[in-house]
Amino acid sequence: VEFKTVLTTCPYCGCGCGILLEVLDGQLVGALPAKTAPVNEGKLCVKGWTVHEFVMSPRRLAKPLVRKDGTLRESSWEEALNLAAARLREIKEREGPDSIAMFASAKCTNEENYLLQKFCRVAIGTNNIDHCARL
Amino acid sequence: MSEKIREHVRALFASGRTKGFLGLREENGHIMPHLFCSDQELNHLSLGDHVKSGDARYPLNQLLIQLAMKYPEETFAVLVRGCDERGLKELFKWKQLRAEKVIPVGLGCPDELARACECEKPFPDSLVDGPRGKKADSLKVACIDGLGLEGRLAFWMAEFDRCIKCFGCRNVCPMCFCNQCSLAEEGLVGTGEVPPANPTFHLARAVHMVGRCIDCGLCEEACPADIPLRTLYKKVTDIVSEEFGYRTGYTATEKSPFHIIEG
Repeated sequence: VEFKTVLTTCPYCGCGCGILLEVLDGQLVGALPAKTAPVNEGKLCVKGWTVHEFVMSPRRLAKPLVRKDGTLRESSWEEALNLAAARLREIKEREGPDSIAMFASAKCTNEENYLLQKFCRVAIGTNNIDHCARL
Repeated sequence: MSEKIREHVRALFASGRTKGFLGLREENGHIMPHLFCSDQELNHLSLGDHVKSGDARYPLNQLLIQLAMKYPEETFAVLVRGCDERGLKELFKWKQLRAEKVIPVGLGCPDELARACECEKPFPDSLVDGPRGKKADSLKVACIDGLGLEGRLAFWMAEFDRCIKCFGCRNVCPMCFCNQCSLAEEGLVGTGEVPPANPTFHLARAVHMVGRCIDCGLCEEACPADIPLRTLYKKVTDIVSEEFGYRTGYTATEKSPFHIIEG
């Protein structure tokens, strides 16, 4: 029998609440608010309380999907990235860079968000970059 | 203070009576639940005191139920304060845990904590360490009772109005073990909507605390809206005590009024 709780940061929004993940024999079985975390002091919202559910969910997207003939089909990363890059280039050339906008995410790190705005401004050539919470 | 508990658990390990002690572990300034399985691990034992006495308590009995469900034949030791021990007694009666498979390791609460909790019995019978403290005065329920019927209704409506429906009170509760929860019943409280129906949502939960609430206060500590849930459930407990003569968690055999199905 092995049971422990592992301190981590909630992945949902930018607040950064401390969460204890309950791990029983290597399986994630629950989540608790961390009492000693200075941000949330033992409290959570409904999303934080259920954060463990998506990790083990069979509906979780684990491989890239590409829509072919109206249905989503599994593809390789290379195929999916090539398709996204080709379509973005095509739209940019036909409609101009300001026809494209990008949303950054609170679930990503600062560094990832920095990279996205850099990509948006330099590679695409638009200032249409915003935060997912504005959706 | 934890030295006595540590020695007690070491002796339990040595006797072979249990393979695991469910308690609290301190690591990098944080306190978290943990199943201790060796003497060495016990160096990190915590009793749940972070900045203040007992401010880092967790629903250990709830975690114990999860362990017992997966390992029904194992015996586990568990750290209990007065409230947790009352919880164990009820959970045995509700058949969520088996008494012969649980070894309570008792910790008494200091006066400071007992007063903050307005605790009826701030120590467990299985006391290993900590004081055998005395009953603290109950002031908060009397204060709200003094508001009169209309004042009380206005008070609670305003408190419940802040609810963001995080379900934290239910999720953290060591006495909430139903497979189907009334708070997720479409016919009783609107599901999928925020804020929750006021006061139906909170009164539904309060009614379900009859004969269950052992006054650990974890619900109130988990509430992001600072709703005085503990005071609400204390009142429920008072009513059960006055009307039915039943005190939740004080005996190992007497069943609560909501427990008795036969006539």
